[in-house]
Amino acid sequence: MRHLLSISDLSKDEAILILDTAIEMARASDGPMKKLPTLRGRTIVNLFAEDSTRTRISFEAAAKRLSADVINFGAKGSSLSKGESLKDTALTLQAMGADAVIIRHSASGAPVRLADSAWMTGSVINAGDGTHEHPSQALLDAFTIRKHCTKGGGDLAGLRIGIVGDVLHSRVARSNVLLLSLLGAHVTLIAPPTLLPFGVESWPVDISYDFDSVLPTLDAVMMLRVQQERMSDLFFPNAREYSRYFGLNRDRMLTMKSNSIVMHPGPMNRGLEITADVADSARSVIVEQVSNGVSVRMAILYLLLAGAPTEIGGNV
Amino acid sequence: MNNSYLLKGGQLPNGEKSDLAIDNGKIAAIGESLDVQTLEVIDISGCVILPGLVDLHTHLREPGREDSETVLSGSRAAVKGGFTAISAMANTSPVADTAGVVEQVFRLGQEAGLCDVFPIGAVTQGLEGEKLSEMGAMANSIAKVRVFSDDGHCVSDPLVMRRALEYVKQFGGVIAQHAQEPRLTVGSQMNEGIVSARLGLKGWPAIAEESIIARDVLLAEHVSSRLHICHVTTAGGVEIIRWAKARGINVTAEVTPHHLLLTDDLATSYDPIFKVNPPLRTEKDVMALREALAEGIIDIVATDHAPHPAETKECEWQEASFGMLGLETALSIITQTMVHTGLMNWEQVADRLSIAPARIGGYSDHGREIAVGGSAHLTVINPTATWRVDRDLVASRSRNTPFHGMELPGVVEHTFFKGVKR
Repeated sequence: MRHLLSISDLSKDEAILILDTAIEMARASDGPMKKLPTLRGRTIVNLFAEDSTRTRISFEAAAKRLSADVINFGAKGSSLSKGESLKDTALTLQAMGADAVIIRHSASGAPVRLADSAWMTGSVINAGDGTHEHPSQALLDAFTIRKHCTKGGGDLAGLRIGIVGDVLHSRVARSNVLLLSLLGAHVTLIAPPTLLPFGVESWPVDISYDFDSVLPTLDAVMMLRVQQERMSDLFFPNAREYSRYFGLNRDRMLTMKSNSIVMHPGPMNRGLEITADVADSARSVIVEQVSNGVSVRMAILYLLLAGAPTEIGGNV
Repeated sequence: MNNSYLLKGGQLPNGEKSDLAIDNGKIAAIGESLDVQTLEVIDISGCVILPGLVDLHTHLREPGREDSETVLSGSRAAVKGGFTAISAMANTSPVADTAGVVEQVFRLGQEAGLCDVFPIGAVTQGLEGEKLSEMGAMANSIAKVRVFSDDGHCVSDPLVMRRALEYVKQFGGVIAQHAQEPRLTVGSQMNEGIVSARLGLKGWPAIAEESIIARDVLLAEHVSSRLHICHVTTAGGVEIIRWAKARGINVTAEVTPHHLLLTDDLATSYDPIFKVNPPLRTEKDVMALREALAEGIIDIVATDHAPHPAETKECEWQEASFGMLGLETALSIITQTMVHTGLMNWEQVADRLSIAPARIGGYSDHGREIAVGGSAHLTVINPTATWRVDRDLVASRSRNTPFHGMELPGVVEHTFFKGVKR
């Protein structure tokens, strides 16, 4: 496999290989020589057609630590803002000899279009597409959960993980549902019915509308960002009502199991889906998620581009 | 002797083996082993002769978007697909909401001269759903418009729909409704279901279509008017129409070839060649539509031929235009999905693709039983031969066929319009 487009492209062994490789990457980064020569001479393009801070910087840091040449290509001030089509952008990147394109895009499926078209031949890495998927985020979340909630090394069998909030519009949730269940965890989605997708019954998860009853059973709870504009689209009455039933506050946190963790993919709406005291508490691994993100993305780039003995995906 | 043909060895829709002679625009003789003098003798052994196909739903893009289709190029595509009459939808630029525009389109069709082009008039001015267009003037123009539609948009305001249904009664018109509740489909990209949830594409619920069909059959009953439902796509829509017909409501309905074959899981590729309005639905819907067409609950097949330039399809799904080509593949798709499956015979094909659409549209010279003295609008199909769809070989100006590369049964061998081979 040349691309990372969706978690559904990964087998369980491949997912675990990425997580294990990320441990090696973290270890190397902690050493005296932060930089590895692995991708020297390779060109990686960060094509961020939608604004992003942490994912773009995280991929950039990962690529640079592997000694790749990184070109940042953002929405503002580039040809994208002048209405250039995805096809023409891809043809341009191909002409410039990009070995890999890391793409963030507001349109679901844009990375798939890029990978399946004849427009370019390099690897395509999905860094979040519309409301579809965000596979590298799910991998860093699984990495973080494995580090805190298991003895390490294996899968996530037996763990109970809650994903709370706007599942309908969340690419993070879609990738996490696929990956966490692939790794054997038991996933519960907790949200008002308006914020769950039609047909969610077919997903490998449990559904709950009652945060309070599920929370004490969880090993990890993942809070999703709730966008303010959802209120005008009638998904819930107002922010107060949302927080009352689906926000994580101190009182709720006190009902959690010992050693269970609080996660958030960021950026947070403090006071809406999560209160400041929870976000900054000892249970919160939110900042650590960010640093784990660099290691996991190094592992992804390494396995896709370095011609490692066991590549991600058996067949091309 | 001008333009006279003897078709030897064919089969009529009812299965009878028969020769057929065409002379001076008319069917001159029908019978076994005909021995008449004609300019040309054509061997059509193994082929079926159908009354020329009639499409009640065609987007020809002229005036306004001649880069994607013209009346002439659309007429060529029609004839290639076996159609002798097509209906130009009103969503051109300018919109066909005045006598001037429908007369222009009608005249362009006459000039092309390959098949009849019957303009459809807009129900509301500018397709905006607010004020009625001058339907009387369009009906009384040389285009003699009888079918009115805001297709592409739903006449969603119930009062506007009621008035339109009532108004067209004075000249025997029909409102062809694009059933799509707009508030339930804001930003919608594909059928709302398991596939849309997985792909993260905004869902288009079946009930957005069904709720309008239900409302409009009740309106049509209340004001005793004639209603036609464009492109039905859901099993639930079929059930409502079945109920309405049983109740005696004057409603007819169409289904497109693509909704009889393709399903929403094709969106998994994110290739907008499969993006269409209304969207591709599920296997269950496809099966219900096939049965309804065979039963006659859905009266006709209409192509919803919708040409689009390449750049509006070579892009992200959510940026892409809705629509797909249909004229050149329609009869083959029907052969595959309805005839070869045993659901319909050729008499039923003649009814659903020619006789019934001509009756609904009021196209009195088309859709007649094949009989001596009748206008020679005829389509000859070889049902057992197959062909491979190639988007680079279409007669249409656009290439957006979802059937590219497919091997389909049913080759249109000849199309006769006014007794002339086209």
